[in-house]
Amino acid sequence: MKREKVIQSLISIAAVIILLVILNKVLTPFQARIFNLGGIYIILAISMNLINGFVGLFSLGHAGFMAVGAYTSALLTMSREAKEMNFFLEPIVPWLLDVQLPFPIAIIIGGLMAALAAALIGAPVLRLNDDYLAIATLGFSEIIRVIFTNTQSLTNGALGLKGLPYIGVTDSPKEAIWWIWGLVIITIVFMVLLINSTYGRAFKAIREDEIAAEAMGINLFKHKMMAFIIGSFFAGIGGALLGHYMNTIDPLLFRYLLTFNIILIVVLGGIGSITSSVISAIVVTIAQELLRVLDGKMQIGSLIINGVPGTRMVVFSALLMLVILFYQRGLMGTNEFSWSWFKKLPFKTKKAKIS
Amino acid sequence: MLTINNLSVHYGGIHALKGINLEVPQNKIVTLIGANGAGKSSTLKSIMGLAKASGGSIKFNGEDIVNKPTTNMVSKGLVLVPEGRRVFSNLTVEENLFLGAYLRKNKEEITKDLNWVYELFPRLKERVWQKAGTLSGGEQQMLAVGRALMSKPKLLMMDEPSLGLAPLIVKDIFGIIKEIHRNGMTILLIEQNAKAALEVADYGYVLETGSITLEGPGKELMVNDEVQKAYLGEHK
Amino acid sequence: MSFQTFLQHLVNGISLGSLYALLAIGYTMVYGILRLINFAHGDIFMLATYIAFYSITTFLLPWWAAFLIAIILTALLGILLERAAYRPLRNSPRISIMISAIGASFLIENLAIVFFGGRPKAFPIAPIFSKIVRIGDVSISIVTIIIPIITVIALVILNFIVNKTKTGMAMRAVSKDYDAAKLMGININHIISFTFGTGSALAAIGGIMWALKYPQLIPLMGVMPGLKFFIAAVIGGIGNIKGAVLGGFILGLGEIAIVASSPALSGYRDAFAFILLIIILLVKPTGLLGQNSAEKV
Repeated sequence: MKREKVIQSLISIAAVIILLVILNKVLTPFQARIFNLGGIYIILAISMNLINGFVGLFSLGHAGFMAVGAYTSALLTMSREAKEMNFFLEPIVPWLLDVQLPFPIAIIIGGLMAALAAALIGAPVLRLNDDYLAIATLGFSEIIRVIFTNTQSLTNGALGLKGLPYIGVTDSPKEAIWWIWGLVIITIVFMVLLINSTYGRAFKAIREDEIAAEAMGINLFKHKMMAFIIGSFFAGIGGALLGHYMNTIDPLLFRYLLTFNIILIVVLGGIGSITSSVISAIVVTIAQELLRVLDGKMQIGSLIINGVPGTRMVVFSALLMLVILFYQRGLMGTNEFSWSWFKKLPFKTKKAKIS
Repeated sequence: MLTINNLSVHYGGIHALKGINLEVPQNKIVTLIGANGAGKSSTLKSIMGLAKASGGSIKFNGEDIVNKPTTNMVSKGLVLVPEGRRVFSNLTVEENLFLGAYLRKNKEEITKDLNWVYELFPRLKERVWQKAGTLSGGEQQMLAVGRALMSKPKLLMMDEPSLGLAPLIVKDIFGIIKEIHRNGMTILLIEQNAKAALEVADYGYVLETGSITLEGPGKELMVNDEVQKAYLGEHK
Repeated sequence: MSFQTFLQHLVNGISLGSLYALLAIGYTMVYGILRLINFAHGDIFMLATYIAFYSITTFLLPWWAAFLIAIILTALLGILLERAAYRPLRNSPRISIMISAIGASFLIENLAIVFFGGRPKAFPIAPIFSKIVRIGDVSISIVTIIIPIITVIALVILNFIVNKTKTGMAMRAVSKDYDAAKLMGININHIISFTFGTGSALAAIGGIMWALKYPQLIPLMGVMPGLKFFIAAVIGGIGNIKGAVLGGFILGLGEIAIVASSPALSGYRDAFAFILLIIILLVKPTGLLGQNSAEKV
């Protein structure tokens, strides 16, 4: 049984890799860029789902941890020249000027810094519950942003950083596919293993009933802290990728709006399911691209409608409201993808007859 | 006055009441006894519209009231003293009593009833300006009963008024119940303290896991073997 | 710092504190009755300013009529918000209703961007509000003086409603125990609507005064202030109206004190509220005037 599962998982991964090879061939660079953005959102959505969905901590601090990851990775990969060009208002602190690390190491350090921030923040705030946790994490995320806006010689303040090296070695979205989606696969595999471990069961127990979980001997604080730190680590990685993907970062990018975007993906998919976060991240990213037409000019037959900027986001916020009001389970609730789906299919009709 | 026919209540998958029949005639004290989880509170909650009945009918003076909003019940004269008293701890004693009269308009009558409640419970009068949360358990129970009386009930329902109170205070409370009854009140009393309840009741029902297993005049139930074994703890 | 500048800052601090207090009350009232952070409260505040703006500029109403209409319409919008976004979820898990609140907030903001446009609009200020009063060497705009006065009046009225009227009594009862309140014959939905209406009306009053003081309207103007209003409510002890007022003044005076004490720190002005919030949550999670009510198990 166990062996069968391992084989099935390997088949799944192989299938995804083959799919990536094919996509790499057929996608235009523009499409590849969107596909990559979807991958980044998968990492971000899964990391939020771990904290909010599996442990049930309502944290709104994602954008802050992403900022930490993005700035760390950016400052570690930019060349001396690029840094000098950016920091024209006030020179960069000397010890950062000549640091230039390879891209993979930089994003991992970005993730680690985000995890460190989470460890520092988590110690006090994870003792709070529900709404207080939400507002305190949101507060921390805002504090991080305010600090980044004001530390001119470290982050270049409100001016932000321009000319971040693109993901990978060459400047092509096609190479980036491998980096981003490789990380997506690693993130998913790690999360699946984590969720199905003893820790994962403890997480779900805490989500369902904190008091009962504590009575069973689960150390609430330790497990919350662990999920918070791991989730923030991946948020840092996702933030770093997003920074490199966009080439430019500034503190305004990491507003609470960004956290909302990820909440949107997680809720639309279904809180507490990795599969749904994956599907939802891709669907939402593509839909956000396609619905761009709403903000511009539209032609239906001979009718030309002048789009109003912002309509796209109205659609998404309305969609979120509809899902939360009428279909709280989201796309697929807490269900996960598994090979047994395929096994079940032929028998489904028989089962229906019996019952 | 109150007629319950084949009433069922479900909580999710749990069948809390399995079609019970119950009758409360005018000016009588009827009691419903049973162990924890037998469905006593569910009966009262579904009468008041706080729990949804999944089947059956509840008629009050001939009018079907099943699954109507709680506000309507109160205005019709159905009033419940909830289990655990549930006084508003952040409000003063007097404010709690005035909330009992929330739906009433006639100020003179309200004042009259307020004075009557203070006569019944002199202890409350001493504590008019105190926050209800600072009262003792017995005083809170008195306040809960007083608050219910302020609603001018036609049928007063009480859910475990003796719960968690010292024996002496239980005696007081049951004294008050008798006193209110003498004033012409119809009462439906739910109790785990079967002895005290059956002593004051005209008629009693025994509820076990959602069904009524026994019924009869209070005095008869008192001497019934099964009741004695199960609820009065007497061995023969 | 000269005495004059100190006085100037003090007046500004009191004025800002009054605004925070008024807006914090809306959060605290809703939290008290629904145990919900109404994330959209800041957006209700924003809508009030736009309603007043369009009443004056498009419908050419005199300022007082515009303000009155803004207060009434905003109260209705608050009631509508609760009906549409919160009431259907009243028996759902806390996390759902919070997401709904966040979703509602973003929906309102995005709708505002579409309908009002993303570009800033200048709030028209009637001449009587732009006068400058001189007291000794201190010159203060009339708005700065009016704000605390209106706030005090609003607080007195609110205090009367909550503590002296039947509806206020019912509000306090509902905030304590839904079912017991129902047993009194109280219609919970009416009381909750009334609470949202009152909180939103106060948000409108605060919003209009905010616009008179900072006359630039943008659709996202409610986001940052909204968070601060909530923080003021938490600092004072959420669910407690006096606490909201106290929290509002602490926050308002504190922010002005930071800006006044050193220009270098002024960039951290927005962080001050959050740092204060976290300190309070760690030291006294129920807030300064909050009661210690252990959660039921």
